[in-house]
Amino acid sequence: MADLLHVDGLDAAYGRIRALEGVSLRVPDGALVALIGANGAGKTTLLRTVSGVQPAAGGRVRFAGNDITRWSSQQRVKAGLAQVPEGRQVFGPLSIEDNLRLGGWLRTEAERTAGLERVWALFPVLAEKRALPAGTLSGGQQQMLAIGRALLSKPRLLLLDEPSMGLSPKLAAEVLATVRALRDDGISVLLVEQNAAAALALADHAYVLEAGRIVLEGPGAQLRADPQVQAAYLGL
Amino acid sequence: MLSEFLQFLFAGVTSGSIYALAALGFAIIFNASGVINFAQGEFIMLGGMVSVALAAAGLPLPFAVVASVLVSVVVGIGVEKGAIEPARRAETVTLIIITIGASILIQGLAQVIFGKGQHALQPFSGDTPILVGGASLLPQSLWVLGVSAIVVAALWGFFNRTLAGKAMLAVSYNRLGAQLVGIEPRRVWLVAFGLSGGLGAVAGALSAPITMTSYDAGLMLGLKGFVAATLGGLGNGLGAVVGGLLLGVAEAMTAGYVSSAYKDAVPFVLILLVLVFLPRGLLGARSADRV
Repeated sequence: MADLLHVDGLDAAYGRIRALEGVSLRVPDGALVALIGANGAGKTTLLRTVSGVQPAAGGRVRFAGNDITRWSSQQRVKAGLAQVPEGRQVFGPLSIEDNLRLGGWLRTEAERTAGLERVWALFPVLAEKRALPAGTLSGGQQQMLAIGRALLSKPRLLLLDEPSMGLSPKLAAEVLATVRALRDDGISVLLVEQNAAAALALADHAYVLEAGRIVLEGPGAQLRADPQVQAAYLGL
Repeated sequence: MLSEFLQFLFAGVTSGSIYALAALGFAIIFNASGVINFAQGEFIMLGGMVSVALAAAGLPLPFAVVASVLVSVVVGIGVEKGAIEPARRAETVTLIIITIGASILIQGLAQVIFGKGQHALQPFSGDTPILVGGASLLPQSLWVLGVSAIVVAALWGFFNRTLAGKAMLAVSYNRLGAQLVGIEPRRVWLVAFGLSGGLGAVAGALSAPITMTSYDAGLMLGLKGFVAATLGGLGNGLGAVVGGLLLGVAEAMTAGYVSSAYKDAVPFVLILLVLVFLPRGLLGARSADRV
């Protein structure tokens, strides 16, 4: 399989503090790749650098055959990269439908309409509440909305940052099942998760990030069996 | 008795509409960028002064007014491109101070180009007062009220009925979220400054036949627009309109029933009261977010 995303030797820094050092990873077309690691390891920074809301200090990001390292976040969304950010970041006072439509800001009206139908089918609860302000939704529903908003941009690759954070175990499982369904639908996924056990169970391939470096990688099942990973991330 | 009250009310609603337009200019830029644009008053001044200068140069009045609005839109975009954007990574306070600098520059240039004199623009459709309930109403006041109402309705439609308007709101509600769906905050800032420039100029051109205008008229009008915006709740469109009208009427009533010497003190007394007792304004930002 061809690589949809290829991050190569990526550096990122906040002022003088280095957050990523020479990170390399690949997301093959159609795959679900998980990135696990402790708080502050640099997972969110990696996603922000890939989606272009934070500049890379060094290294390359290639997407669908293009070097996108210097592209604006807008160009990246247009090319098919969508990030579901940590903490949802929905537009609280705007209605749910407006939130979704804005997800398709760079698409045509016809594509937005088709996208809405898809989200209503995926998350019926959002369809019921479509006219309500997004801020009135529960945490789990806001997470669905954030995913739906990203889907409206017709992504080829979805960057998901901690989608299960703050959700009850039942809701978290539902959200992760949706992520898998999206992958089965042909959308590639790069999933960042603190819930390492769930992420590894889901992932085709996984990377472990520690203090800004990739320290381990392999198929999800293989990492789940790795004693190091079990001790550090799975609490076994 | 009633006619006197009506007379003050007409005056108040007229100047209140002007303050409302100025306040909307503040609100739009504040929403898009968090910046309080102290050059807003200069846009109002430009609307009046450019209209006066072009009309004096022989351009028919309607063209002069439209041209003044276009000039002000361009100046607004220029302020954003030339002064705000190069510093956009700076703190908001820094950006606010930059707008004060832009304001001083525009005022200085206006003084050089237009001179120091007071000017009046010819009323749009004569100055024969219309008698209503014993009070006289200038035709220009009807222009002010009518055009302000149309502008407010158009803005409401833009922000509530179009995706582009909602995209601008999205930037104010959640900058990161907006960026991640491909809305460019920089574009939004540019549109906000252009729009506010145009709004200010409309207010300036409409009011120039009533209040006279000069190169330094922007200072007081800008401050009153700011007070109106704060009074209604900074960043709230409806609040800006309510705040503007309230301020205009309060001023006119004070001038009429107390003394016109205190007229300009009204906004500053009001803003003190608002800041002390209602720091978020009358219709201050109600948060719909669940924490």
